[in-house]
Amino acid sequence: MDALIKNTTITYREAIKQAIREAMQKDEKVFLMGEDVGRYGGAFAVSKGLLQEFGPDRIMDVPLSESGFVGAGIGAALKGMRPIVEIMTVNFGLLAMDQVVNNAATLLHMSGGQLNVPLVIRISCGIGRQLAAQHSHSWEPLYAHIPGLKVLSAGTHEDARHMLQPALNSPDPVIIFEYTFLLNAEGEVSEDAGMVDITKAKVRRQGKDISIITYGAGVYKALEAATVLAAEGIDAEVVDLRVLRPLDNETVFDSVRKTHRALLVEEAWGAVNVSSEVCARIMENIFYELDAPVMRLGGQEVPIPYPKHLENASVPQKEDIINAIKKIMLHD
Amino acid sequence: MENSLDKLHGTDLLYRMMLIRRFEEKSAELYTKEKIRGFLHLYIGEEAVAVGVMQCLKAEDNILSTYREHGHALARGVDAGSIMAEMYGKQEGCSHGRGGSMHLFDIKKNFYGGNAIVGGHLGMAVGMALAARKQQQNSIICCFFGEGAAAEGEFHEAMNLASLWSVPVLFVCENNLYAMGTAIRFSHAVTELEKKGPGYGIETAVVDGMDVLAVEEAAKKATEMIRATGRPFFLVCNTYRFRAHSMFDAELYRDKAEVDEWKKRDPITRLQKSLVGLNIITNEDIEELNGKIETEVQNAVDFAEAGTWEPVEELKKFVYT
Ligand SMILES: Cc1ncc(C[n+]2csc(CCOP(=O)(O)OP(=O)(O)O)c2C)c(N)n1
Repeated sequence: MDALIKNTTITYREAIKQAIREAMQKDEKVFLMGEDVGRYGGAFAVSKGLLQEFGPDRIMDVPLSESGFVGAGIGAALKGMRPIVEIMTVNFGLLAMDQVVNNAATLLHMSGGQLNVPLVIRISCGIGRQLAAQHSHSWEPLYAHIPGLKVLSAGTHEDARHMLQPALNSPDPVIIFEYTFLLNAEGEVSEDAGMVDITKAKVRRQGKDISIITYGAGVYKALEAATVLAAEGIDAEVVDLRVLRPLDNETVFDSVRKTHRALLVEEAWGAVNVSSEVCARIMENIFYELDAPVMRLGGQEVPIPYPKHLENASVPQKEDIINAIKKIMLHD
Repeated sequence: MENSLDKLHGTDLLYRMMLIRRFEEKSAELYTKEKIRGFLHLYIGEEAVAVGVMQCLKAEDNILSTYREHGHALARGVDAGSIMAEMYGKQEGCSHGRGGSMHLFDIKKNFYGGNAIVGGHLGMAVGMALAARKQQQNSIICCFFGEGAAAEGEFHEAMNLASLWSVPVLFVCENNLYAMGTAIRFSHAVTELEKKGPGYGIETAVVDGMDVLAVEEAAKKATEMIRATGRPFFLVCNTYRFRAHSMFDAELYRDKAEVDEWKKRDPITRLQKSLVGLNIITNEDIEELNGKIETEVQNAVDFAEAGTWEPVEELKKFVYT
C-alpha cells in the first residue's frame, strides 16, 4: 500500500498554497479573504498568483479591519459560504478575538444548536525572524483555551498541505496555525489527502526511551534532537500533538505507556500553555506509568526581544531539548 | 509664504528632511548587509510630513508614531546614533536594543514610540491627552498614522473619544495611498479622508504632504487651535512612499510609472529648488549640508557598530518593574 503513495518535495509556502488552490477548485463556496492576500500576493507570498487564477471575488483583499472581516467571515459561514480568513500575523488576531470567542466559538451553544459556523481561520505565527515584540508570538494556547473551536497546528509540510480540506469539511470553526520561519524550507508531502486526520495527534518518530511531546515550531526541532540523541544511544519518540483542541489523549498516553518518560516542548510562554494541560492529563491518567518526572520546556516569559541572540534564548532550541532529555534519562 | 522664509529656517527644514533621507538610504544599505534585521519600513518620500509637523510642537508636547517612524524620531531630535544602534539591536539603542526599527522610544524627547500594531496607538494618544487635560498641562499629543489605520475600529473609536472628551490630540494621517499593497480605493469607501473628521465634530484640514512649507503652515494652524481650545484636530497629509512597504515587498501592486510620477514631487528637491530660486540659499550651501549629513550618518553608524550586545542573562529584564 505504502508503495502507492507518491511523495513530492515542496516548500512549506507552496504546500499551503496548493491546499488553498485545491480547496477553491473543489468548492466554489470557498473563498479567501485577508489583508494583502490578492494584489500584494500575500504578506509572505503564500497566495501569490491566486488572484489571477480566481479573481477578486474569491481572493478578497480586505482593509485593516480585523474585527470587521473576521466577523464578516462568521456571517458568510452562517449563510452557506466556506470562507478561509487569513490573519497575517498572530498578534493582529487579537483585534478579532472578540469575534472568534464571543461569536464563532459560541453561536452553536448559545443558539441551542441551531447555528453552525463552518469558518476556517489561518494564522501565521512564530518566532525566528527578528520581528520583535508585536510580530512574533506563539499564541496557540490562547485559542486552545476556548471550547467551540478546533485548533490545529501545522508543524510539518504534510499538515500544511493537507489540513485545510478536513478543516473546511468541519461544521465548526477551525483555527490553523502556520509557522513563518518554515515558509522557505523544503519538506515532503504525500499526494494523498487522506493522510491527515485532524482529530489525532501523530507520532513523527518511533522510539522507546522517552516521548518528546510537542507541536508547531517544536516538531522539526524535536526530530533533529532525536537524531542527535540516537547517535548517543537514546531512542526518543516524537509526538506531534497537531490538534491542540480537542486534545487527543490516547496517542499521547500510548506513547508514554511505551517510553515511561516525557518531555513537553513548545515555544509558547511557559506558564499556562498547552504543555501544562498535557502534563496534567498524564498525571491524572497514567501517573504510575512514569519512570521519571515529566519535564516541560516552554518559551521564556518575556515579550520577544529584537536582537537575534535574545530572540534565540527566548524559546527552546534543539540543544535545550537534548540537555533536558539527558537529565531525564538520569532518573531510573 | 515663501517670501517670509529666512535662510536659517529654510536651511533647517531642508537639513532635517535631507538627514532623514540619507539616514534611511544608509539603513537600506545596512539591511542588505544584514546589520539591520527584521522589518525595516522606509519613510523616503514622506519626509515633509514629519518635518513640517514637528516644527510646531514644543518640548513638552508628546509624539506617538508607527513602525515607519525613523523620520519622526529624527525630526523630533532623537539622537541618530541611538536610533541606528537600536536598529542594530545594540543595548546603546534608544530602546536598549529590545525594539529594533519598529519600536523607537525616547522618553527624554517625549517620543512614545514606534507602535507596530496598526491603529494600536490611537487610543493611547487620547488617554495621554486626557491625562494632560486632567493635570491642566497645556501640552499636545501628536499621533501619526497611515490611511490604512483609518480603516481600523481604533481610529473611529479614538476620534469619537477625543472629541467627546475634548482633549488635545493632533491626529496626523499620512495618506501615502497604500497600506502595504492595498490601494486606498480598496480600503476606504470614502477616499477623501478629510470627510471623516467632521462626522466626529473634529476640526479638520487637508494638505499637500509633499510640500514641507504647506505642512508646516497647516500644522501651525492646527496646533494653535488645539492650544487655544484644548480640542482635537485631524490633519490629513497627502503623500507617497517612494520605496517598498518594507524590505520584503516585491511591489506587485503599483506601476513604476506611478512611482516615477510622484518622484517628480520629491519634497526635498522641491524645497531645494524654491530656496535656490528665491536666492535664499545656494547650491554650495546644499553641498555643504550634504557633507555635514554624511558625517552625521557615518557617526551614527560608527556608534552602532561600536555598540555592545546585551548579555543573554538579562533576557528577562523589563518585564516587570
Ligand atoms: C493590526 C494590524 N494589522 C495588520 C498589520 C500588518 N501591516 C503592517 S503595516 C500595514 C499597512 C498599514 O498601512 P498604513 O496605515 O496606510 O501605513 P503605511 O504603512 O502606509 O505607512 C499592514 C497591513 C499590522 N501591523 N497590524
